[in-house]
This record gives sequence, structure tokens and C-alpha cells, in this order.
Amino acid sequence: MATVKFTEEHEWIALDGDVGTVGISDYAQNQLGDVVYVEVPEAGASFNKGEEAAVVESVKAASEVYAPADGEIVEANKDLEDNPGAVNSDAQGAGWFYKIKLNNVADIDGLMDEDAYKAYVAELD
Amino acid sequence: MRYLPLTDQDRQDMLAAIGAPNIEALYQDVAADVLLDQPVDLPGFKGELEVDQLISNLAAKNLGSGAAPFFLGAGNYSHHIPAAADHLIQRSEFLTSYTPYQPEVSQGTLQALFEFQTQVAMITGMEVANASLYDGATAAAEAAMMSCRVTRRNKVILSGGLHPHYAEVTATNAKFLSLDVVTNPANPESTEDLAAQIDDETACVIVQNPGFFGQVRDHATLAEACHDKGALLVVVVTEIVSLGAVLSPGEMGADIVAAEGQSLGNALNFGGPHVGLFAVREKYLRQMPGRLAGETEDVEGKRGWVLTLSTREQHIRREKATSNICTNSGLCALAFSIHLTLLGEAGFTRLAQLNHATAIALADKLDAISGVEVINETFFNEFTLRLSKPATAVVEALAARGILAGVPASRLYPDNAELENLLLVAATETVTPTDMDQLVGALEEVL
Amino acid sequence: MSTASGNRALQLEEKLIFEQNSPGMTAVDLPNPAELTNVESRLGDVARTNPIGLPGLSEPQVVRHYLRLSQKNFAIDGGLYPLGSCTMKHNPRLNEKMARLPGLADIHPLQPKATVQGAYELIDMTAHWLKVLTGMPAVAMSPAAGAHGELCGLMSIRAALEARGDGRQRVLVPESAHGTNPASAHMCGYKVEAIPATEQGRVDLQALKDKLSDEVAAIMVTNPNTCGLFENEIIEMTQAVHDVGGLVYCDGANFNAIVGRVRPGDLGIDAMHLNLHKTFSTPHGGGGPGAGPVVLSDALAAYAPLPYVVHGEDGFDLIEHAAEAGDNQPYGRMKGFHGQFGVMVRALAYMLSMGSDGLRQASSDAVLNANYLMAKLGDILTPSYDGPCMHEVLFDDRFLNDTDVTTLDFAKAMIDEGFHPMTMYFPLVVHGALLMEPTETEGKATLDEFVGVIRTLAEKAQTGNAEDFKQAPIYTPRRRLDETMAARNPVLTYKPDQAAAAE
Repeated sequence: MATVKFTEEHEWIALDGDVGTVGISDYAQNQLGDVVYVEVPEAGASFNKGEEAAVVESVKAASEVYAPADGEIVEANKDLEDNPGAVNSDAQGAGWFYKIKLNNVADIDGLMDEDAYKAYVAELD
Repeated sequence: MRYLPLTDQDRQDMLAAIGAPNIEALYQDVAADVLLDQPVDLPGFKGELEVDQLISNLAAKNLGSGAAPFFLGAGNYSHHIPAAADHLIQRSEFLTSYTPYQPEVSQGTLQALFEFQTQVAMITGMEVANASLYDGATAAAEAAMMSCRVTRRNKVILSGGLHPHYAEVTATNAKFLSLDVVTNPANPESTEDLAAQIDDETACVIVQNPGFFGQVRDHATLAEACHDKGALLVVVVTEIVSLGAVLSPGEMGADIVAAEGQSLGNALNFGGPHVGLFAVREKYLRQMPGRLAGETEDVEGKRGWVLTLSTREQHIRREKATSNICTNSGLCALAFSIHLTLLGEAGFTRLAQLNHATAIALADKLDAISGVEVINETFFNEFTLRLSKPATAVVEALAARGILAGVPASRLYPDNAELENLLLVAATETVTPTDMDQLVGALEEVL
Repeated sequence: MSTASGNRALQLEEKLIFEQNSPGMTAVDLPNPAELTNVESRLGDVARTNPIGLPGLSEPQVVRHYLRLSQKNFAIDGGLYPLGSCTMKHNPRLNEKMARLPGLADIHPLQPKATVQGAYELIDMTAHWLKVLTGMPAVAMSPAAGAHGELCGLMSIRAALEARGDGRQRVLVPESAHGTNPASAHMCGYKVEAIPATEQGRVDLQALKDKLSDEVAAIMVTNPNTCGLFENEIIEMTQAVHDVGGLVYCDGANFNAIVGRVRPGDLGIDAMHLNLHKTFSTPHGGGGPGAGPVVLSDALAAYAPLPYVVHGEDGFDLIEHAAEAGDNQPYGRMKGFHGQFGVMVRALAYMLSMGSDGLRQASSDAVLNANYLMAKLGDILTPSYDGPCMHEVLFDDRFLNDTDVTTLDFAKAMIDEGFHPMTMYFPLVVHGALLMEPTETEGKATLDEFVGVIRTLAEKAQTGNAEDFKQAPIYTPRRRLDETMAARNPVLTYKPDQAAAAE
């Protein structure tokens, strides 16, 4: 079972070895509404923590998806280009955005676990 | 005051309902020393007749294209506008409605925009077009900025055949965004080699067809040169009627078309308002500025239209938007679209042929005058003369004879002595054989 | 109940022009003289060879097409259009007549200057009115719209700062600002920083002061602001910005509330655009064209864009090139030719009609009408801020709490009642915003009718009829449209092959 962590910007990252799968949380997709477009990064691209790695758009809103840690993209979910609705229907599964090979796995230690994230979200409403 | 329906009794009753002693109480947040206690120093209200007389007097001081043999172009053309077009755009429901944010009560505007977008895409030979921009010059500037976003490069190359206003507007925008603009010198003989200037930093090359001095060219080779270096080709069209006779920018390989649509449906209006046309390859759609109408269905499954892809725009993306543009040039776009619908394929192509034939007839007559040379090998409905004298003085002398003869190149290039004797002359379908004879006769006198 | 035709009495279905094509048909009969075919083309090797694909229709078909389309639009001529921040006031027809006069509509911008003296005079007269009304010494007439004016004003600011060797990089924008403000600042090469609002819906003066430094080029403030309130500390704000060497841009979208009563020049504003299509009654035309002249303070007057009209030795002159500008330092050109002349004609016709007394009465009536709505609706809707308001009144959606009706649903129900909805979900600083701007051209009877309908709808929402609101509108030519479908699979042009395949 991979460790899942969350950022304050509502990204999730599931770590498997040194490769993290990144998407946006169920809470975030709910806030956005129907997702109509996703722009994912190219494999091989490198990002520093906090850099804009992907874009997700609904009818009325657009949001950047930031890299939760330094690393290199190993795979992007190109299926989202044709089926952006997967972000709504399965945000923390089939709606993943990209896989990133972390330079340093310890970078995500400071992120929230699921319980902490739930508490964080509860305070936002 | 005929535009204000409230009576004094209404005002009293409403203040009472609000619980305010007087209107000043509603301005309580304004510091007392800046709240004016009397009207500013300007004339008082006037009836319709007085205003009509006053503005008509101003109009009477001008010499209009309808009152003189008229040969000006340079990006703004005098064409016949069918009576139905101007009538229909004055329908209250088009004239006095807002941007179609509420689609259920704006299907008329939205369907008209969808048809407009399709017409623009068709005549430019592109895949998608937006719902219009302010004018051709700002469209060219938007094309430059968009090219930089798409290619993530910073250098824009402007042909010397690009309308100087378009080049200046592009340069102004670029200056504040720290983009690098290479402006080629005025190029009446069309000899520049733009392909050689393209490098790995080049975001786009912007050319105009027909060029500012009138030449028509095939830019397909330039398009290939751009694409080889990862740059975009932007083709500007200032006389949209030309596309009824000339190969479209899309067929030449353009990536973006930025054009002025004034020639269809819109009067000269002393330079504005006009309508900027903007069309792109579909793959660049999400980097395109401006409003877009798109097809969809309502809850009963009936076809309808909405504004779409608005996440590109400022009201959602704020400083990350593709542009700060908010409105389009809606009513001018509608006038364009109605005129083109009236023309249809047969009328549009015939109109273009008629313009071309009229210009050829005029060019041949002028070229026969001693002291006049047509410098163009090719042209559509506008060409450049080299006169034996400075063109500005000639044009002024002809204006004194009641003839509006053309645009001296020096009006737009005041510092370029080599262009001093050049005169741009346009001939649209409105030019009659009598107009031509008058110009020829007067020119022979003046030269 | 459905009809065989799909029409519903006066609501007529209308196909696209591309679906009414009679190949070869045209509604424009042009001469077809022999020289059309008998001359040798001068197009070189670029003559068009492929068909374009434009449909052919006759004139009656075209007239009927656009008439039917027009009947699917709501318009200010037909009813109350209380779109906040948009100033949907009556558009006098005299304006249209004047703009079409021979000598105005049919003049070319590059004619010899002696042949268009009346046009320069008209621009100059319009400029004079705008300067006197705002108490500002200069105005740039060429910007094409409000957002274009914002860009123009910021460019003036940046040009003035750079002329004194000052390379400031930051522009402060209140979080309640219209989206064009940050977008314009970005296009001017500036970094944008948000300033928070107070509980009273105004710029937080202390937060502003905390952000001020010699790095701040300008603040962009909207006054009256997007919450419909006058910034009561505006003079302190402009003073504080000037104290650190910055300049003040004002978004003049809401000038209709104060024209003839407050001059921005007295508030310390350095640049402000005027939406001629709002305050000065020129038609919105389904989304343009507008015009956005920018009035400028002494600090910026020398840094206006080209071109501009001056009083020359032989009448009026037009400065079109930097070399002719003398001591002025124009930063360049923003638009082709000289700006939205046709819109200026309309605005001048309006200003001359209203006069200084009429304009002052107009702003008073606009403010009175908005406060009247606030007074009549304040107990059943939820006003976001205490009054008085300016020319528009802001409510939020607290009155819909626990009803399952959203601001959007409420707006759609208004459509069935024959009113255009107010501005929704803007400004962003309150939840589910409903921003109502009645304007001065609505009478009391219309407002009373509107109030009655809104009260009825609010009561209906609060008494458990959410499903009715979800279904609305039902009497429109089309009911709610699927925006997700439109955005996921964009269809932006008519494609005949797709239509054929679908049948």
C-alpha cells in the first residue's frame, strides 16, 4: 500500500518507491465542478517543488497543479486529454495527472496524511 | 430631460422610502469638500433638434467619400454597404443587448457569432476564429503576443510590407512585455528576405497580404521557413475583400491570421470602430485571445450556443489570461457577417473581381500619365504610384479641386525621404469611370 | 406541449445560414461588365482557385434570418437589464442618427487634414467635455474599450516613471477588482499584488499602506468600487501612494454614479478610463464596440499615446508621430488610426443632449434608483454591506441558505419573469453575489414591478420550491445549455460533414 500525502493546494501524491503519482483531491474536483480540460506535462520534464506542472480547467475556473516536490516526470496521464471527466469521477484513481521521480523522497515528509488533510478541508468549509 | 423617467414626486417618494432627507445624503461617503454643489462648467441640456444641428454643422465641415471622387485605402476602404445590413444591425435586440453571458436570452447574438466565426474561418482558410477583436492593428499585436506564448520565444519579425500602424501597435505592446521586435524598413518594391532573418529565438514572422504598398504574394515558402525553425507565420489582411480573389492565408500555410474586417458591413467612420478578425490553427486554440461562441445542447437536447473556453479569459484567469480583452467588436462583427451572408460565395467572389478590375482600369489610366508610374507588378484593389513630385502636395492640390486622391506614403513614413513621391491609390467597386477621368484630368493639371 | 414545426407562436426556430444554401444565389446584385473577364489579372500566381464554401441566400431570406435571430435576444430597449457594473441604460437613437451622418460616417482617417477639420473639432469637443467632467487636464482618446483604456493608463504610468529613471515593478490591485485590472497590469509588464478589503467592502487602507514602498509603481482602484460603494478613504489612499512616489489608476467603469457630482481629479487620481458605452449611453451591441478614453493628470499628460488632436496654427492638427510631439513623450500607438470615432460621435450627442445639469441629474437618479432597490429588497434579500450604495447594490446568497436554490437558479427564474438577471458571482469578495444596477433610465413603476417579482421569487425559494428554480428558464427559446459539453468538445465552426453524419 503506497503512502498517500496531501498538499495545502489540494494535490495528492501516492509514493511507490521513489516515484510519486500526483493528482488533485476529491475535494478539489468537487470545488472545480465539471472538469473540461487538463494539460499534463511531458515525460522528461523537470520541476522544482511548487512549480506549475499541470493545469486543470472546469467551465468556470482554472487552476494550476503544482509539483509537490522536486523531480522528473516519468509518465503523464494522456487519457485525460480525451476524458477529462475522469478527474471528477475518480479523482484519486483514474484521474491521476502524472508520475514524478522524486529527487529526494524525504521532500514529502512534511505533507499532510489523509486524516490531517480531512481536518484541513473541514476547516475550509 | 427626455431620457430620465423619474418625476420630482417620484424622487421625493423614493427618498422617503429610503429614509434619506435628500440626494446628498446618499453621497455621504464622499468627502464634503470634493462633492460638487452645482453642475460643472459646461452647457446645459439641449433638445434633439439643437444637438442634430450642432453635430450636423461639424459634419458639414468635412469632405466625405460620398461627396467626392475617392481613392483612399491604406487599411480602411470605402465599399458599398447593402441597405439591409445597416437596417438589421439597428434592430434593438442586437444594438442594445449586452455580451451574451445569459445564453438562454442571447441565442440570437450567439448564433450570429457562431456563423461569423465560421465565415471568418472559411475565407481565411483557417480552422477556428474568435468572435472578433477591436481592429486589425490590435489583432496583429495579439498575434505577436500569442506567438510568443505558443513558442515560448521572444522575438517577433515584422515585414516592411506591414501597415505602419499595425507595426507600431505591435511594437508598443511588445515594448512593455520586453519582447524583441525586428521591424523591417518600408518595402515598396517587396524585395525583403524574411526567411533569412528567422533564428531559434524567433516566435513569429508577421507579413501582410496584400502588402501595405499593394503587392500580393504567395507566402508558402516563408511559412515553410518559419516552421523549419519552430516559428509561426502570421498573415495580416487589411482588405478582407481581397480574399474573394486571392489565395487564402490558410492555403499559404499561415498559423495565425490577424485581419481588419471593416470592408464588409462597416463604414469608414474616420478609422473606427472597426472589427478585428482573428483565426488560428486548431492546435493553438487554447492560446487564442478573445471570446468564442460554441455549439452545445439545452436540457431538452435542442441545439444551442454558449460562450465557451472562457478559462482563457481575464475574468477567470486574471493576470494569467491570454489577453486583457473583455468585449469583442460585436455589432461590427454582426455587420460584417450580414454583409457576407448577403453576398454569399457568388457575390463575394464577384465583388472581389469587380474591385480588381476597377483597380486595373485605373492603374492603366494613371500609368499613362507623364510623371506617374505604377510601381506594382501585382496588386488587388490598391497600388502605389511614384509621382514626379512629393505626393503630399499633390494630394492637397487635388483635395482643393474636390478629389480625395489617395494616401501619401509620407503620411505614415514622415522621416523616409525615399518614399516622399509615393502615393497609395485604392479603387473599390464604388469608383466610377467618371471618378477615374476626374482624377486623371486633375492629376495631369497638378503634375 | 410540442408543435409539429418546433416553433412556438412568435418564437421561430432558425437554421444556420449554412443550412439554407442555394448555391450560386446572392443578395447583392453587382455589375458584371466585360472587363471583369477580359482583363489580365494582376494577382500574379496567387489567384484563388478553390471555392470558399460560403452559402448563397436571397435578400428576403437574409432579412428573415437575422430578424428571427434578433427575436431570441433580450435587450435594454425591451426591458429592465440590471447588470451590475455594465450600466445598461437607454441608448438614444439620436446618437445612431448622428454617427451615420455624411461627413462623419464616410470620412477616411488619412484624408488631408484640411478636409476633416470638423472631425478633429468633434474629437476635441468630446475631449473637452470628458476633461471638465473629470477635472483632469488631458485625455487620451484612442483606446477602444475599458480594458484597452486600463492598458493605456498603465502604459502612461510606466512611461512617466521610466522617464524619471524609475523602474518600479509592482502594481497593487484590490481583490474585488474586475479581472481586466490584473490582466492589464500583466500586459504592461507589471507584477500584480492583491490588496484585501475591509468588512465594509472597501480597500483596507492599512493593508494598502503596509504594501506601499518605492517598489510600487501604481495602485489600480475602482471608484465607486465593484461592491457599489464609494471608497470613503480614497483621498488618503491616493495621498499615501503619491507619498511613496507611485501613481494612481482608477477604473472608471462606475463613473455613472458620480458624473457631475464628483471629479476624479479632486481625488488624486492620475489616470482613469471612461467607458463611453456605459456612462455615455453608446450601445453595447451584443458585446462591443465600445470606447475607453483615458483622462490623465498633470503628472501623466505628457505621456499619452499617439495620435492626438491639437489646436494648430491653421485650425486643428493631428499629432501622429513622436517627432511631431514637441515636449511630449508619447510611448507609442495603441490602435490603428485615431480610435473609436463613431463611438465618440454618439457619446458627444448624448453629452450635448444631457448637458451639465442633465448629467448631474442622471447620476443622482442612478444612485437613487439603486438605493431604492436596496430599501425595498433589503429585508428579504441579504445586502452585503450597509448603505447607502452608489449606482448599484450588492446582495449575497445568504438569503438562499438551506433552500437548495443557487444564485444561478434564482437568475434563471428571473428570466422567466421577463427580467434580465443582474450580474452574478461578481465581485468575488462575497458569496454568490447578485449585483443590481438599475440605471437612471428606469422609472419608479418599473422598479416597483421588479421589486414585486424579486420578493415573490425570494419567498418562493425560501418556502421549498427549489425544483422550480432548477427547471428555469422554461419560456425561453432554449432552456439551460450544457456548458460542460461545449467546453469538453469545442465546436466553434459549422462543419457540414459532421451535420450530414449526424442525420
